[in-house]
Amino acid sequence: MQGFLHQLLSGVANGGIYASLALALVMIYQATHHVNFAQGAMAMFSTYIAWALSDAGVPYWAAFGLTLLFSFLAGVAIERIIIRPVERGPALTIVIVFVGLLLILNSLAGWIFSYTIKILPSPFPSTAWYGSKYLSPHEVGMIVVTLAILILVFLFFRFTPLGLAMRAAAQNPVSSRLVGIRVGWMLAFGWGLAAAIGGVAGMMAAPIVYLDPDMMSGILLYGFAAALLGGIDNPWGAVLGGFFVGVLENIAGAYVVGTELKLTVALVIIVSVLVFKPAGLFGRTLVARV
Amino acid sequence: MTAILELRNVDAAYESTQILKAVNLAVEEGGIATLLGANGAGKTTILRAISNMMVRVSGEIQFAGRRIDCKATEDIARLGVAHVPDGRGTFLDLTVEENLRLGAYTRRDKGIATDFDRLRGYFPHLMDRRRQQAGTLSGGEQQMLAISRALMLRPKLLLLDEPSFGLAPLVVQEIFRILRTINRNEGVSMLLVEQNAHLALELADHAYLIETGCIVMSGPAASIAREDATRRAYLGY
Repeated sequence: MQGFLHQLLSGVANGGIYASLALALVMIYQATHHVNFAQGAMAMFSTYIAWALSDAGVPYWAAFGLTLLFSFLAGVAIERIIIRPVERGPALTIVIVFVGLLLILNSLAGWIFSYTIKILPSPFPSTAWYGSKYLSPHEVGMIVVTLAILILVFLFFRFTPLGLAMRAAAQNPVSSRLVGIRVGWMLAFGWGLAAAIGGVAGMMAAPIVYLDPDMMSGILLYGFAAALLGGIDNPWGAVLGGFFVGVLENIAGAYVVGTELKLTVALVIIVSVLVFKPAGLFGRTLVARV
Repeated sequence: MTAILELRNVDAAYESTQILKAVNLAVEEGGIATLLGANGAGKTTILRAISNMMVRVSGEIQFAGRRIDCKATEDIARLGVAHVPDGRGTFLDLTVEENLRLGAYTRRDKGIATDFDRLRGYFPHLMDRRRQQAGTLSGGEQQMLAISRALMLRPKLLLLDEPSFGLAPLVVQEIFRILRTINRNEGVSMLLVEQNAHLALELADHAYLIETGCIVMSGPAASIAREDATRRAYLGY
């Protein structure tokens, strides 16, 4: 029973990472109607920035903040410089650009920071009082940080005029322009925000999976499974999907398929959702009367 | 009276298909002009040309004394041109209140609460449904929401694309009555595109008839309504 509880809770902790990444995927999906395959690579690159900053002696939370800022600006730049020119292109073009971005970021990180594994330490000391036999202090910290970010994002979209404008721009760009919203910038901000959220996921995952240019490839699969399960067009579904996938992955890994086949769980979820319920569990059916 | 909006020799095209040819048109400050014509004549395209939306425009468009023909859609809106597009342009997933807040997005003043009260005067039923998802409103309510959203911009000029489209006659009459009140109370100039020529001519003070992309006749609405030959030829009643 104790073992089960441990697996369950650390599943929730991992779920926070998947939820953040899934949310980032959904945000870009809503704006571009494509899945950003480079989301994981972007998060990985952000994590390297955090590592470089801590390596240079910047205190952890300052490095965390600076990394978020960097990720946001880099996300905005990627949208304006790389995505904008192909925005109206056929689906395949955009997908190829995403894959290219993934390869470029991967190689760039290897080139700048080398392919040897780096260690980004956890900001939560392993002897901290909030650790217990069920959850390590890092896992507790991970849950708190990812939940805090998700809540902040929710409050931003729900209650600020800019958040409302970003939702409007993703939903109905033509009408948005007619009320004076600068739609291009809203989409760029969306990319920036998604990049920053992905960066949080990367920084929280780094102490567990270690830092190398491929660190996010497995996590992106879980994130993708989470987003699909929750409904790729529903941010809150994707977040719930993230926690669900985290728990399912851990339980299945411990009791059903074994740790070596854990990643298969993500693939099974992806395939089953696409086959049996393409809209996902919370994919919203729009109610409209004409 | 001075013109708040003036089109001089405006051509407009989608891709390679030319739609408008040398259109001249003016809306007086505080006045209501209506643009009448058959389906596909280019009425909607004129409104899109003014908002620089989806069409390629050449010629000169002046709003409140400055040229707007090379400005971006969002900048034209920021100058005070509120466009209620065909299909109403409602943000269906958002609530009524969020739609209205978006209308006021470019404004930085604090008057939004008083604007809600002002709108309640025109559309009391709509304002009772502030928390409802806009997609669940009836067609008439959605049209009222579209007009309200446009008014939240505090516009100088309102472009209306077939506000009567798909609505029951009683609802259409109510909307036209409210448009008249808005014009009187707020001094908003209007350019109204309509199929319902009879109602439009009653509301407007100036009318333009458009046929295959050219303005073929213009004049005071009352005199156009009186000319039997024109009415039969262009307006079909």
